[in-house]
Amino acid sequence: MKRITLFAGHYGSGKTSIAVSYAKYLKKNGKDVKIIDLDIVNPYFRTKDSEADLKECGIELISSEYANTNLDAPALPKEIYSAICNKDFYLVIDVGGDDRGAVALGRYAPDISNEDYEMLFVANCYRPLTKTAEDAFEIMKEIEIASKLPFTAIVNNSNIGDATATQDIINSVEYIKDLSKISGLPIKMTTSVKETDVENNFIIELQSKYYAV
Amino acid sequence: MTEKVLMKGNEAIAEAAIKAGCRHYFGYPITPQTEIAAYMAKRMPKIDGVFLQAESEIAAINMVYGVSATGKRVMTSSSSPGIALKSEGLSYLAGADLPALVVNVQRGGPGLGGIQPSQSDYFQATKAGGHGDFKMIVLAPSSVQEMADLTIKGFDLADKYRMTSMILADGTMGQMMEPVEIKENAEINTYDKSWAVTGTECKRQHNIVNSLYLKPELLEKVNVERYERYKQIEENEVMYEEFMMDDAEICVVAFGIAARISQNAIVEARKQGIKVGMIRPITLWPFPKKPLLAAADKVKRFISVELSMGQMIDDIKLATECKKPIDLCTRVGGMIPSPEEVLAKIIEANGGNN
Repeated sequence: MKRITLFAGHYGSGKTSIAVSYAKYLKKNGKDVKIIDLDIVNPYFRTKDSEADLKECGIELISSEYANTNLDAPALPKEIYSAICNKDFYLVIDVGGDDRGAVALGRYAPDISNEDYEMLFVANCYRPLTKTAEDAFEIMKEIEIASKLPFTAIVNNSNIGDATATQDIINSVEYIKDLSKISGLPIKMTTSVKETDVENNFIIELQSKYYAV
Repeated sequence: MTEKVLMKGNEAIAEAAIKAGCRHYFGYPITPQTEIAAYMAKRMPKIDGVFLQAESEIAAINMVYGVSATGKRVMTSSSSPGIALKSEGLSYLAGADLPALVVNVQRGGPGLGGIQPSQSDYFQATKAGGHGDFKMIVLAPSSVQEMADLTIKGFDLADKYRMTSMILADGTMGQMMEPVEIKENAEINTYDKSWAVTGTECKRQHNIVNSLYLKPELLEKVNVERYERYKQIEENEVMYEEFMMDDAEICVVAFGIAARISQNAIVEARKQGIKVGMIRPITLWPFPKKPLLAAADKVKRFISVELSMGQMIDDIKLATECKKPIDLCTRVGGMIPSPEEVLAKIIEANGGNN
């Protein structure tokens, strides 16, 4: 695994849930981890909401000091720069949704490019604006332009919330393969309903009780 | 064909509007409803529709007036302070008998307030949408699926009665994600719009869309006629849902997110042997007066659960003719009561016994 892992994608695709779960996974495997909340667009659901949970796990959260306060200014904390350059720990970055949310990433693109990193596109075929591989690819390209960073792999997070059945995920396989083909990027993780549904030992518990490979 | 998708409440409204044949959206960003505009910005260009981010909420509602006058389905959306800005336009739409769909994803107030969910625009929506004598049909969804279904219903009712339908949601309903089924290629209901200004082609008299009536006799006449139509709506379009009301001795009244929380509390109270049920108004105007009056003869107490300092409670008092005491259970400012808080209120209403 790379030292820096970025999760970006369409808003509501599950970036924050996966980023938090992935950070916990790294921690469980004995890595020192920090997580950056780069979502300064949507003030409703953000990594900051998991602050207590992360703290309990011993994961430092770097987020705008104004997040969830009375001053909802889209400010970025200075600690982000040092975290990107400091090779002593692993770093998970939760990017804001769509191209608008990814703009904030652009200013760090030159620094991240110099590091050992991977940028993952989170896709869900049950989200209406990314329901076809072509739709998802369009958003992927928009995010790359806004963030000035190319994606390196794809995460299949196709689910319909608590109502997700194993068949729904099986039905998403063709979609994610198509997206992989169009974009030329490998599939890095997939969601699943039960842990036993996946045969790989690289399992991450997702917040919404799904598991990813 | 019906497809199952995972949507935010705001997106469900936007997609349902498109399915209802709406091809004109005018809006201005404000949390927590911005996803409606963002969704429309992505979708409308692909289906030959119009998305326009206006220079202000006031501009947006007047664009709605213009498009509606041509007989096309049109909508705008905002959140509480933005709806206040639109109130002039809402009154003009009513005065010109124009159909429109307006969405209010409420946040805490007054003033700029906060960005977290609230239901404190109840009075504004049901009684004071703007100046003059007029009503809006006010629909209160309590699931993402209902956000979609009531949007389609709202367009139909607006066209049928030539007036504004308002979706009165809140920040939670707008932001939460749930599975939704939206029918593909469902038939779109059409209504007579012979009043629309579409060009006469020199074949008919000019249609005039206007809210200015300088002759008092005429202005009185159109107002009285309009209220005749409102009477029909009160007679025919009331929507509500009853939950565990058959043997209920306590009746919770709640809509939107408050109804979902109350439902959990009621299930828990029933486990404790308390006979409690709920009447959930789906239309806030027309208000479900008849079922509430009927309930007043059966239950001992009512509890109004709402995210305001107590607004709907006045309508419950009027509907029940104050026959039974009504308690108020509320959180405001963006806070939401927990099912436990509602349960505690139910236990209290039950005489402190559980």
